[in-house]
Amino acid sequence: MHNTDFDLKLDRLTKVEGSASLELRVKDDRVEYVHFKITEYKRFFTQALQGKPIIALPQLLSRICGTCSNAHIMASIEACEHALGIEPTEQTKLLRDLTMYGLNIRDHALHLYLFALPDIRGKDAFLDFDENDPVEHQMLHDGFEIKAAGNFLSELVAGRSVHAPHPVIGGFLHFPDQKGVEEAIRKLEAARPAALRTIEIFKNQPFHFDRKTNFMALVPQDHYGFIEGCINTGLDECITEEGYRDHLEHVVLPYSQASGYKYRGGSYMVGALARINLAKGLLHSHTRETLKDTLSVFPSTDIFLNGLAQAIEILHCLDHSVEILKTRKFAPEPIIKKPPRETVGIGVVEAPRGTLYHKVVLGADGIVKEGEIIVPTGQNQINIEEDIATLVNGLLPIKEKEKLNFEIEKLIRAYDPCMSCAAHFLKVRWIEPTRRRE
Amino acid sequence: MLEKQQNISNGVNENQKIKIGWFSFSCCEDNTIVFTELMNDHWQEWKKIFDFRHARVLKSNNVLDDLDIAFIEGAIASDDHISKLKEIRKKSKKLVAIGACAVVGMPAAQRNYFNEKQKQEIEFLIARFSALPKVLKVSDVIKVDAEVGGCPMDPQKFLEAVNNLISEIKSG
Repeated sequence: MHNTDFDLKLDRLTKVEGSASLELRVKDDRVEYVHFKITEYKRFFTQALQGKPIIALPQLLSRICGTCSNAHIMASIEACEHALGIEPTEQTKLLRDLTMYGLNIRDHALHLYLFALPDIRGKDAFLDFDENDPVEHQMLHDGFEIKAAGNFLSELVAGRSVHAPHPVIGGFLHFPDQKGVEEAIRKLEAARPAALRTIEIFKNQPFHFDRKTNFMALVPQDHYGFIEGCINTGLDECITEEGYRDHLEHVVLPYSQASGYKYRGGSYMVGALARINLAKGLLHSHTRETLKDTLSVFPSTDIFLNGLAQAIEILHCLDHSVEILKTRKFAPEPIIKKPPRETVGIGVVEAPRGTLYHKVVLGADGIVKEGEIIVPTGQNQINIEEDIATLVNGLLPIKEKEKLNFEIEKLIRAYDPCMSCAAHFLKVRWIEPTRRRE
Repeated sequence: MLEKQQNISNGVNENQKIKIGWFSFSCCEDNTIVFTELMNDHWQEWKKIFDFRHARVLKSNNVLDDLDIAFIEGAIASDDHISKLKEIRKKSKKLVAIGACAVVGMPAAQRNYFNEKQKQEIEFLIARFSALPKVLKVSDVIKVDAEVGGCPMDPQKFLEAVNNLISEIKSG
């Protein structure tokens, strides 16, 4: 083999959220380095939030990322409410659960069908699937039906799937009407068979990549969800709300200045696989009863089961949403307001791609002094790079570079990275600046 | 709630699909998400009438050749962006600026309005990424045939703009 040294550059990865690129160097048939990089231009939200009135913060930070926007809104609202000392009502908590369910149904289906499934079917794009082929016909209809159900739920509860206008600090500005609730139940129930087929597809998908790593996720006390709970570090501890600030400031943030996030010296993964690994027992009872055998494959360290974990979460979100919508009535409530004070608030939620931290430092005048945001893809960066190195080392020596590209992209897609978020927070391994403008 | 959309496939010859490009510059890609949500109701029709030549969110094999309609999302933040945008303009019959960042520059251009302290904080990153001194809206760089504003774009306005452009392409 003469091809022992080479550089590989994937300029812009496709079928991921946002713009990412990859640089990899192989020397003497071993990977020398892997750099998973951003190609998005920074929009400087950490600076832009300084000097803004607190009431404007959630909608501003929503603009970090389109597809994760409603998760950023939830994390920011929680941070602001912790700063102000606001305890949301029970109805508000339910509406926030539903907001996160709509988001996860829609966003997971986007990843599973539009990004991941073409690799499994050997097609370039989901829209290239053959409507005359019964299997692919079903997939096309299922993918868009699930996404539409999640989109409808988001519109009903939060006002929109992207940059939702209804949720605010202290409550909601608008409440679901009965007609909308009934239609949502119908759509969510109709999507359930499609969700079950999705689970079968991703349970039986042919790709596997196993590597031991640690998993971290916000794990709720009672039901599987995305907003409440303690941060399970995967190391026999669960950090409660009182400990969020200490955890963020002493563990997570210092690493944001380093080369990537680690916990107690080891890399870790966040996202659906981490959540299912740590909290599958809390899934909705209907979901658990339906998926007894499927759930037994977890906990797993196979990154390609992240897709299966997302599909299972879709089912949970459908089942719990239907239960809430069938059993609860929603009535208008006033927004809870509290005077500003000089303080710090931390919000932690599970975004579709993993644990998302927002920190706000508030002045007594109600103006934000500073803030921090830690996104899931930043936390997964070391894992992604280490996995690619292991993958490539296993494939070397390789003659077909295209196959190598494909295998790498497939692995990255399994993580479902979000580059719009990561643009601001992914660690840049800077080798040598090339200045084109003087 | 989205109303059922008007049918935009009327009269389009299936053998002559409309060549589409979707390009994202500096932004949060919220319009891409709205676009993929519109697909929930329109995918069967769009599969028939559109040939997606370049759309990184949808496919891996993207080519930038002659396009009937180019959709541009996001603001323009670097010289690379400018040259890419000019190339797209040259190859596209119609070019549509999509969403607030493309149409007015904001919020991607928020650094244009930073105070001196904030500007100093980000200076090294602007240099490191060879970013433009000021972020631009799309029409600062090239001629735009249609605009769909909003953060994110309004789905109805997007469909109207697409309908109008299809009519223009057909009659032109």
